[in-house]
Order: sequence, then structure tokens, then C-alpha cells
Amino acid sequence: MTNKEFARVTYMFVTLFLVMVGYLIYFNVVKSKEIINSPYNVRQDLLAKRVVRGSILDRNGEALAQTVTDEEGNETREYPYGDLFAHVVGYSVKGKYGLESVQNFHLLTSNAFFLEKVMKEFQDEKNIGDSVVTTLDAHLQQTAYDAMGDNKGAVVVMEASTGKILVMLSKPGFDANTVAEDWEALNNDSDSSLLNRATLGQYTPGSTFKLVTALEYIRENADYHDYEYDCEGEHTQDGTTIHCYGSAVHGQEDLADSVANSCNASFSNISLGLDIAKWKKTTGDLLFDKELPSDLPYRESRFQLEKGANSADRMMTAMGQGKTQVSPYHMAMITAAIANGGTLMRPYLVDRITNYSGTTVRKYMPEKYANLMTSAEAAQLAEYMEGVVEYGTGTSLSGEAYTVAGKTGTAEVSMDKQTVHSWFVGYSNVDNPELVVSVVIENADTASNTGVNVAKQIFNAYYY
Amino acid sequence: MVNIVVELSKYLMIVMIAVYTFECFAVFSFSDEYTKKSILLRQNVLMFMIHFVAFLVMYLQTEEKKMLGFYGMQVILFLAILILYARLYPKVSRLVVNNMCMLLAIGFIMITRLSYSLAVKQFIIAGGAVAVSLAVPVVIRRMKILSEWRKLYAVAGVVLLGIVIVIGSVSHGAMLGIVVAGINIQPSELVKIIFVFFVAASLKDDRSFRNVVITTTVAALHVLILVVSKDLGAALIIFAVYLVMLYVATQQPLYVFAGVGAGSVASVAAYYLFSHVRVRVIAWKDPFASYHEGGQQVAQSLMAIGTGSWFGMGLCQGAADKIPVSESDFIFSAIAEEMGLIFAICLILICVSVYIMFLNIAMQLHDRFYKLVALGLGTCYIFQTFLTIGGVTKFIPSTGVTLPLVSYGGSSVLSTVIMFGIIQGLYILREDEEEDIERKKAKRPARTRPGFGPETREPSRRKTAEAPKEAGRRASAGSGHAKKAPEGAPGRVRRRTDPKVSEKRRG
Repeated sequence: MTNKEFARVTYMFVTLFLVMVGYLIYFNVVKSKEIINSPYNVRQDLLAKRVVRGSILDRNGEALAQTVTDEEGNETREYPYGDLFAHVVGYSVKGKYGLESVQNFHLLTSNAFFLEKVMKEFQDEKNIGDSVVTTLDAHLQQTAYDAMGDNKGAVVVMEASTGKILVMLSKPGFDANTVAEDWEALNNDSDSSLLNRATLGQYTPGSTFKLVTALEYIRENADYHDYEYDCEGEHTQDGTTIHCYGSAVHGQEDLADSVANSCNASFSNISLGLDIAKWKKTTGDLLFDKELPSDLPYRESRFQLEKGANSADRMMTAMGQGKTQVSPYHMAMITAAIANGGTLMRPYLVDRITNYSGTTVRKYMPEKYANLMTSAEAAQLAEYMEGVVEYGTGTSLSGEAYTVAGKTGTAEVSMDKQTVHSWFVGYSNVDNPELVVSVVIENADTASNTGVNVAKQIFNAYYY
Repeated sequence: MVNIVVELSKYLMIVMIAVYTFECFAVFSFSDEYTKKSILLRQNVLMFMIHFVAFLVMYLQTEEKKMLGFYGMQVILFLAILILYARLYPKVSRLVVNNMCMLLAIGFIMITRLSYSLAVKQFIIAGGAVAVSLAVPVVIRRMKILSEWRKLYAVAGVVLLGIVIVIGSVSHGAMLGIVVAGINIQPSELVKIIFVFFVAASLKDDRSFRNVVITTTVAALHVLILVVSKDLGAALIIFAVYLVMLYVATQQPLYVFAGVGAGSVASVAAYYLFSHVRVRVIAWKDPFASYHEGGQQVAQSLMAIGTGSWFGMGLCQGAADKIPVSESDFIFSAIAEEMGLIFAICLILICVSVYIMFLNIAMQLHDRFYKLVALGLGTCYIFQTFLTIGGVTKFIPSTGVTLPLVSYGGSSVLSTVIMFGIIQGLYILREDEEEDIERKKAKRPARTRPGFGPETREPSRRKTAEAPKEAGRRASAGSGHAKKAPEGAPGRVRRRTDPKVSEKRRG
């Protein structure tokens, strides 16, 4: 037993502790930001005793939420737009919701000039919290709100190349100014007004899902260009007959026509030849049954088709009428990836944090999230979506100063064929994609209130 | 106004503890007595100031008069510890006493903040423990027979742990203690010390394979009982302490590899066998995802540390009381939240300084038994500190052990204070050993320079005596670590052995 061993043991433990101290420093510098923002963190409310809650602004500096202090020092949280941003901006009474919840820590942290902070401390006054500058656009949000009318549903608009979310609307909404007073009623509301349908709503995707099925067909069949089908208005397999929408008969079609016409019969035909395991893998690539990048709480989309499923289930799933469910937010992401050459940019709502006088404290930059498909696949799907607008189910979007590529959907949600969800996903300026729009209208009367119409009004507001 | 005092005091305390911590290490690099003494004295001043500021802040915010009385009693206790140790054992390591007081003080501050009544309990226990510990160095020094009781230690350890299984009370899902007269006693805390003595007694001379097997079997029995009673922290500590002692005693790294291998297999087995082990690992991987299935403690702890950030929320300003068991297992997070991460890191470094001092003493002893005891206790201390701090910061899975001297917990404080007492006893022994060597040297015919013999030494001549002796002692210690020697270490020429005598001479 010499002292050499003692020295070794000492060095080992001292090193261990130095590593642990290094870890603690790393934790505080890098990891802690995300952790302290956790809704489980009760400490955030303690900050409210020392800091006046900061404002939430839209991309042009319009206040979406602000705290007003009266002469007696009473603070009121005001939402100038009432119910327009109810879900995305949220509220901060009765628990917190939306950005008010996830950005709570930033709103209650003051990065005002430090001398000013010290002065206020001495005077025993509260400092003013930082502002959260969002990517949202109040004008577009209002347009979407008006276009939706009294219908229930959701709209998501984002930039394909950056992932910035310009519109996130859920209907019906509620007045964020009076949440406390209306709390009882809102919670017993049969329309689930409190639910953010954009991220948490689970909808049958209807024909918009044909984009996914088409992608899978392309992947499994190198000669997909040669696909041909003669549509007689219906397709029957093992005693199950699938009809085309509105009893249309599309005649001779290739794959592009099948997408453009949203031909149920053709897609039923396609589904019977697909390998379910590979199909499931493709939906996984498109983030079905996977975590989604999201600033707000969301629900994962489900692709439900098991190996050995019968032909009826296959055909229904291929045209988006199976048990598969998606959120409008997720459909926006898939569309954005198609528009952006297969690459999904991480969607985000917060552009930067500034102190109350406008100096930037923290800036969030666009970042790549994942490649959902190859650029060749994206280009092919994009071409099909252009066809939808040129000569298919979305022709009402053609002939404008801007160009659009998209896919419509009419999801039947009950045996009563009159109640359908009307979908539209698409993007503008096909040569250099700009706005991605995802719309769903619940129980739309099929004549006028369609997803296509809502999208058109948003594009008009943006371009005219 | 109160607001300002609270804010400023936060930074003041951080500066003071940073200076204190720096001096914990700086003291090693000065060899002259005067500088050392002034550093150690300055540490005392800093400790009392931190303690005062903390209680001032808490009083200003709670405005409870009893806080002042309690503060006064604590000051008396600290003064008593510092003065009694200095008077009774002039040769004691002042740095260890200082750090013991500092850690107790930080503990008192935080526990008072969390729960006044618990703090009072802790105070009483600490007072009693210190009183007991004052006798410990005498016992260590006088009872040379301590190294011969190998079998007794083994039996005592196993029996004490066995009692818990038979009539154990359950706390946090683990059988940790027995209740005697309303006091919850955790034998595992005491067993750690007994176990160190057992291993030291067993491996001091006999390093044969047979003896290693026997010793390992007894050690494994300890670990096994602890795992069965779900006291994973203590089981891990015993395991680590044994491996380290075995390695040093036998100089055989193969034993360590075998031990680590066996430990890994056992850990994997425990993961699949015991649900409470699985819960801890899952909570460690992602405490937020498993928030309601055991992750809550660690999640709250991380949020506390993160929210506190570098400078802390300020005493009584955070939500440290929202962390489960924040007064004992999670006190580190409570400290980090309210007093700041810088303060908490200084606390870690103070613990490391205590450990280095322990091992330093071990290196300077000559008797194998005492060397091993110092090593074992040091390892026990530092590994427990590692488990608790690593556990609450998600560095490693949480095992639910206390931070020695800082956390609330009677058995923990008692056993740690005794541990410190034993180390002090060894420190004094070391000085005795040195004197023996010196005396033997002095008896040797005139190779030593005339006038440097012990009989002719006068305190005023110490300085001149220092240099040549230092070289000699370094050689005898056979190590390059004499540079790290603690205060007064480098070959200071000793006076007579008996502290009482030296006491009189001083007077």
C-alpha cells in the first residue's frame, strides 16, 4: 500500500466532481431555458410579483395581448382582438393557454436596461416584462376569421421556406378578455370552444390524403408514369363498392388525372396493390404516429391500417376515409414539405423576444426540421397539385394574378352524405412557393362554404 | 427597502462564499504558520457573516422574533465548536473544523428557511452530535485495540442492518429506520462507519486471496441486505467504499475491474427485478415525461435550479418548499434555487476540499489500519455527496441520500459529525507518529545537526527548524503530495505528545 493509490483515488473523485460542476454550468447555460418554461414550474407565478407581464405582438408590432396598469396599480390583461387570437395567443387566467402558457417565463422576465431595473427596485416598483414578437399576421388572421364565417373548423397559414406561422385560427372561439367570467359556460360548451382545433383537432383527412397514397404509389412503382385506369364512376372489390364523389365518371386517367379529379375509384384500385408495411413507413416519414415540431400542445396524427387489412379498409384508407386522422396543422406541414422540395422547416410562432422598449433579447431563426420526401418526389406531387387547380377540383383558384397548387378534400364523417368536412391544402406562387394554407371546415354545406373558398380569400388578401 | 437588502445580500453572500471556498484551497499552498492562521481565521469571519446576513434576510421577510433567538443559539454553538476544538485539541485540523461549521451553517440556514421546527430539531441533534464527537479523538488515540475487532465490526454491521429489515419503518418506499422512543434511527448511517472499520481491520495485514474472498463476502452481505431493504443509496456507498479500500489495500486493479463488472451485472439485474429501481432510472431519463410516475422530484429539482440560475431567487423568494423532501435529499436544489448556482457550486467545492483534506491525512499516516480508515471514511463522504448532488441535478439517477451535514436528518448528521471526529483523531495521531519518528531520529547519534533535537526546541525557533525537517519528512512519507500538506503539516517540530501538557505550557 503506497500513497500512489491514494493519490489516484483522490484524482479520480476530484475529476468526477469537476465534470459534475461542468455539467451544472452546461445545464444552466443551455438546458435550463426549456426546463423552466415547463407548465409544472410553479415558480413562474412568483415572478409576477416583481414583473409586469410583457406584451404579445404580431409581426407588425400590433399588440395581441398586453397588460394595462391603472392608477391604483391594478393590472388587467387586455386582448385588443377579442376572440380573434383566442387559441393561439391564449389566456393567462384559470390556468394558462396558448402562447401565454408556453412563453410565460419570457413574459415574466424583464430584460430592461439594468440601471432602470435597479432604480425600480429601489423605488419598489415592478419592472416591465419582455415582449414576445410572434410570426402571426393580424390582417391575414382577420381575413381567415371572416372567410370562415360561422363555421367550425381551423385554418393554418405558414411560409413554406421558413416555417413561420402567419395564421392559426380555430373556430368557434371565445373572448380572451372574459375567460374568467365565462369559464363555467366555456367548459360546458358542447362545441369545445376552448379546443385549439388547428393543432389538437383530429379530422378525417378525406381526399387530401390521396397525396400520401400517390406518394406511396410513386415509391413502390418506378413506372408510375404509365399508370392507367378507366374510371366508370365506381370500383368494386370483394363485395365493397367505392363511388366517385357526386357520381362522376372520369373515364381514362393517368396518376396526374386521378389526383386532379380526386378519383375515388382510381385510388381504390391503386390501394389494392400497395404493400401495407411500406405504406406505413411512408406515412411515418410524413410524421404520422410521430412527434411533431410544435410550440403549442398538439395531438399526433394516426395512420391506422394493419397488415392483412381487407380490401374495404384499404380502399377507404387510400382515399382518406378510413380510420386515419390528422390535424390541420400536420396537413400544413406535409404541404409545406412538398412546396419546399421535400424539406420541412420547423414551424414556429415566436420570431423574437425583445425587452419592453424593443431591443431584441433573443431571435429565433428558421431551421430545417426533416426531409419528409426526396426533392424529386416533392416535385412530382407539386406537379399533380398544380393540375388540381388547372383542370381538376380546384379550378376556382385559377386565373388569378398569383398561381396556386393544392388539393381539395371532402371528408364524409357520417352515413348522412350531407355532413362533410371540407378540406383544402395548398400553396401559392408555384414557381417559388410562398404561403402554405391548410383549411378544414366542419359540416360544411357543400355549395359555398368550402375550404377552397377560404383559401382563395386568404390568397387574395395577401396578394391584392 | 427590504427588497433592496434581500437583493444585495444575495450577491454579498455569493462573494463571501466564493472567497471562503478559494481559501479552502489556498490554505494548502502556504507553508508559513502565520499566513495559515490568518486565512483560517478569515474563514471563520466569513462564515459568521454569511450566517448573519442570511438570518437577517429571513428575519426581515418573516418578521418572526423567534428567528433572532434561534440565530443567537446557533452562533453560540459555532463559537463553542470552534473554541472547544481549539482548546481541547490544539493539534486538530482547523480547516476540517471550519468546513464542518460552514456546512452545518448552510444547512441551518436552508432548513430554517424551509421549516423552522425541523431546523430546531436539527440544531439540537447537531449540538448533541458535536458533544459526542469531542470525545472521539481521545478514543481513537487511546484505543489502539480498535484495529483488532474485525469480527465484532462484521457482526455489528450485519445485525444492525438486519434489525431494520425485521422491524423496519418505511420511508419513501424504502425501509430505512427503526423508531426508538419516537426518534427515527437509520442504522445504515452508522453502519457505514462500522463497515469502514471492518474493512480496514480485515485488510490491514492479510492481503491473501482467501482473506479477500472472506472480506468480500461480508461486504456483499451488507450490500445485499441494503438492496433488499430498498436503501439503494447506502448499498451503492458501501459498494464503492469497499472497492476503493480493496484497491488501495491490495494495489490490485484487477479486483476493481471484477468489482465494477459484478456491480454492473447486479445493477442490470436490479433494474429488471425491482420496480423501484426502474422508476428511478425512468425518472432520470426524462423526469418530465414521467412526472406523475416518479419524475416529479427530479423535475421540480431541475426547475428549481434552472429558475434560480446563477444568483438565485433570494432567500424566501423562491418556491424551494415545492421541491419534495427539499429539507433532506433535495436540499442542494433548494440552496441552488434561492442562493444561486454559484453559491451551490462553491458548496460542492467545499465538500471536495473536505475530501482532499481527508485523503491528505490518510496519505500522511503510517499505520496501515488508520490509513485505510481515513481512506474509507473519506470515500464514504465524497461518494455520498456525489450521489446526492448528482441525483438531484439529473447527472445520475437519484438514489435518495442526504448531503452530509447540510441535509436535515438526525442519523446522518450524527454519523457525519462522528466521522469528522474520527478524522480529527487520526490527524492528531499523525502528529503523534511524526513525533515518534522525530524522537527516534533524535536518539540516533549526532548525524542531526546540534541544537535541533526536540529537547532543545523552543517555539521561537520553529521557523529555523522547519526547512531541513520538511525534506526529511517528505522522504519518509514517500509521496510527492507533501506540497498539499494541510496547515502546519510540513515538518513543524512538535512539542510533547500530551495535549494537556502543551496546553499548560501555552497558558
